[in-house]
This record gives sequence, structure tokens and C-alpha cells, in this order.
Amino acid sequence: MIRIENLNVDLGEFLLRDIRLSVEENDFFVLIGPTGAGKTVLIEAVAGLVPVKSGRIFIRDRDVTRLPPEKRGISIVYQDYALFPHLTVLDNVLYGLHFHHVSREEKEARKKELVRQLNLGRLLHRYPGTLSGGELQRVALARALIIHPDVLLLDEPLSALDPGFREEIRDSLRTLHRHSDVTFIMVTHNFAEALSLGRSGAVINNGVIEQQGEIEDIFRRPRSRFVAGFVGMKNCSRAEFRGTKAVVDGLDIETGRKRENREGYIAIRPEDVVLSRKPLQSSMRNVFQGKITSVQDRGFFFEVSVAVRGAVFVSLITKSALLDLELRKEAGIWIAFKATAIHVF
Amino acid sequence: MRTRELFFWVMISSGIVIMAFILLPMIQLMTAPSFSMLGKTIKDADVLRAIWLSVYTSGLAALIAFVLGTPLAYLLSRAKFRGKGIIESVIDLPIVIPHPVVGIAILSIAGRNHWVGRVLAELGIRIMGSVTGIVTVLTFVGLPFYINAAREGFESVPPRLERVSRSLGASMVSTFFRITFPLAGRSILAGGVMCLARAVSEFGAVVIIAYHPMIAPVMIYERFEAYGLKYSQPVAFWLVLLCLVLFLVLRMLTLYRKRGR
Repeated sequence: MIRIENLNVDLGEFLLRDIRLSVEENDFFVLIGPTGAGKTVLIEAVAGLVPVKSGRIFIRDRDVTRLPPEKRGISIVYQDYALFPHLTVLDNVLYGLHFHHVSREEKEARKKELVRQLNLGRLLHRYPGTLSGGELQRVALARALIIHPDVLLLDEPLSALDPGFREEIRDSLRTLHRHSDVTFIMVTHNFAEALSLGRSGAVINNGVIEQQGEIEDIFRRPRSRFVAGFVGMKNCSRAEFRGTKAVVDGLDIETGRKRENREGYIAIRPEDVVLSRKPLQSSMRNVFQGKITSVQDRGFFFEVSVAVRGAVFVSLITKSALLDLELRKEAGIWIAFKATAIHVF
Repeated sequence: MRTRELFFWVMISSGIVIMAFILLPMIQLMTAPSFSMLGKTIKDADVLRAIWLSVYTSGLAALIAFVLGTPLAYLLSRAKFRGKGIIESVIDLPIVIPHPVVGIAILSIAGRNHWVGRVLAELGIRIMGSVTGIVTVLTFVGLPFYINAAREGFESVPPRLERVSRSLGASMVSTFFRITFPLAGRSILAGGVMCLARAVSEFGAVVIIAYHPMIAPVMIYERFEAYGLKYSQPVAFWLVLLCLVLFLVLRMLTLYRKRGR
């Protein structure tokens, strides 16, 4: 569907280096990365809105690298909605149809369908300046989809929204994707969004693709330290593998199966690290005694750091667990985790 | 702000001085001529012709500035290139050059000693003492005001809106006419009015190029020279009234822009 070959973009402050990507037809593809990683530049390059230094972009096997944006069969939705302030909601939605040869009946049918799907009925004659964030984003989606693009590019569509609207737009995106054959490419810095919406995706950092594949797979099996951190595997350390063990700062950690003797990394999700006052009698193969070095309030959860010899493990626990265990800094504590919770790369 | 501080009183009194400085002469000018004088003046065919000439040459100047200046203003608002600062300075040049010098400079290329003058003569275009000449200098002095206002207007339109428009299938031209131009419209109009107002008030450059046909400021000067203050005031009254109307339109446009949206 979309194939990007050795793409290089140089915008001074933003760089993309040797990007290779492929996106399947009708996929929901998510580009994930921190702010400033070059995600938006990448979709703008697909849209033809930024100059490409070298490399090629194919949409439906057609080389679009040198085509102007209006000839690529794409639509773009920006984080700040970018609605035309001098046009009503209806005129915004219909805007793209001025430039596409569509019969009157077809126009009306598409409009009706999108107005229904995105619940725009009561907004049609208002101006963008009077709408809420969620409403603006719904209008922007309708405007982008009415031209039936091959690809819909979404630039952080949820980031600027209040939590309530975010849920609503997330659901809308899911339904819209399910009911159309448009390929969605979404940019986000939030891995939770990617996980809830995306089918496949890529993690991008400093203008380079770190990993791509199915979102589930990126989530479970990150292949670099950066990706591990990004998908929430806060416990990531350099390790030396000997037999079935991984040695981290002199600590022998059981990984459950025999591995090649080499150096690498192990990563464990903080929610997989269990804390207890006494050594746990369980099937968990790794049980260590350590000392709490910090307890941090993360809102719904607390993040507890435990030093075991030279290594530090982070565990996520609920507030009630924190109170039950009477955790405080400097206190002695036992940690335990399963061998299967360890991701090796 | 603490009202008792000395600095507060300095600000207030300097403000009063400035207001008086601007308003006293204006009020005197506008109230000095008697109604009968004003009535007689406005019926005077020469006066009417001069004011009308002022209005339509200035209008033409603003129109030319609009047609020629809009693309450049748009380019300056969007493109980044080396030497952009130089181009912007060149555009501002007519503001700082003394007005009679503008007239002399234009005359110096319009004569037979310069190839431009020879080309113009070939085409049968006369600058010296003609309406064409008046429009030429008025455009010269008015252009910076139009281009700067239009450029600011274009700059206030987010490029993102243009990008979205392009992605929805609009070409660059359609995007400009459907999105950018309407959104910058108010600034463009304000720029046009500013250019027009600047042109109406021009004297120094015009008097070098064309004493006749006579525009209103030249006529005021002539009446003052020939008959004295009393006879120049009524013509000045009508010209000022015209400028005030333009000024009012401009203020309405800019104020509305600040409050609206």
C-alpha cells in the first residue's frame, strides 16, 4: 500500500534518516515517538508537504515522491484541527469536493454518511470559532474523509483534547476505520493510544526508525533500550548471559531457558515486579532482598524503586498496597518476578 | 499603578501636550472657514476637479499597489531566502526618501537621457505634467504601506491551513484564492486604505512631476501662495474631511480585526 524507501529529509531542526517503512492496505498504522522525533515530518513527507532530499515514496505502487500533495490521494488531520475559520462547518466538510469530480448525489450521500457517523447534524451552520475541541476534531475528520482518500494521515489527533473528548474521538477513529477501506496512519507520542488503536506501527527516535512491526509485538518484544523504555519497560539493564542466567551488576537472574553466552539487555515491566515484606513462597523464580530507594506518587499508582546490590528495580503498586506494605524509603523489602516476565534482547 | 508617583503625572501631562499639539491646529483649520465659504468652495469647479483628481489618482495608485504588491507580499510572508532582508529594506525605501527627491528621481529616469524615458516616449507615455506621472509617484510613495500591511496579513494565516487545503485536492492557486486571500482580506483592505491615504496626502513628489493637472494638495499650496491662509483653508477643509473618512474606515477595519475571531 505505502512503501517508503531510504527516505531522507533535512529541515534543519528536523531530520529523517534512511527511513524504510511499509504499510499494508487498510492498516491502522501508528508512528510512535517522543516530541521532536520527526513523526510529523514523516507524515508530511508522505503528504508531499515537505521537501524530500532523497529516497522514494510509493502509494498504491505509484511513485508519488515528486507529486504535489493534491495528486497523492491523501488527507491530513492535524492536532490543532486546522479548520478554515472563515467557512462554516458544512463548507469546511465539503471543501475537498470542489476539487474532485463527484456527482451531486454522491456528494450528498457522502455528506449524509459522515454527518451521521460523526454526529455533526447540529453543527453544520456554525463557524469553527464557536466549537469545542472534540467537535472541531470531528469536523476535521469529516473534511478529511469526504474525499475518500487512499490514506488518512492523523497528526496527534488526540493530544490536544480533554480526556472526555479523547475517549470519544478514539472511539470515532476506531469506528471510522472499521467501516472504511481507508488506510490510517496516525502519529502519537503516547504508547497507550497506539496500543488501543493501532494494528501495526513503528517507533521513531531522532529521525530514525527504531523498530517496526505489529504494535502488540513492539509492546511485548522491544528490540532496543529506547523502545523498551518507550513502551513502559522501565526496568532495562545491560546483562551478561550465562546458561539460563542473566548477570546484572553481579546479580544472577533466572531467565527460564538456556541462552547463547553473550552480552545484551533484559527488560521487565514494573507492573510485573511484586513487592513483599517476607520472601514469597510462589512459582516465581527470581526473589531478591533489597532496600527501597524512593517512593514516587504517579497519580493512580506509586512507583517504588528498590536497590538490590548494584541493580535497581522499579515496581508499580496501588496506593492500598503501598499502605498495606507500609513502604517507606530505606526500608528493607523483597522483590519477586517470573522468569517469563523477562524480555531479553 | 500607583497614581501618586511623579512619573504618573509626567505621563499624563506629556499625553495632554501631544493631544493639544495634534488637535488644536486641526480644530482651528476645520472651524475657521465660514459655512458660506465652504459652500462656495465645494461648488468651485476647479476645487472639485482637483479633489476628484486626488481621489482617483490615489485610488489608481492603491489599485496598482494591490495588483503588483499582493504577490510579492505573499512571497515575502512565506518564503525564506537569502537577501530577503535586503528586499524588505528596498520596499521600505520610499518611506525614508524625502518627497521632492522621489519626484526628482522619477523624473530623472523618465527623461530622454535614460533608456526608460526613451522607451516610454516610444510608447507615447508622458510622465512630466500628466496624470500618468501623478499616479506613478503616488504608487511609489504608497507601495510600502500596502505591501507591509498585506505581508502581515498573509503572515497571520497559518501555513497549516494551506497545507490542509492542498491535501484536500486544491492546487496552490485555488488554495490562495479560497483560503489565504479571504483570511488576509481585512489586512489587505487596510493596506489598500493606508496606501490610498498616503497617496492623497502626497504633495512634495507630485509638485515636482506635475504642477498641472492640479491635485488638491497642490491647489491648497497655490491658493496659499497666491491669496493667503484664508483662501487655502476651505480647500484644506474638504481634503481633510476626505482623509478623515479614509482614516475612520481604516480604524474600523483594524479595530474589528483585533476584536473579531
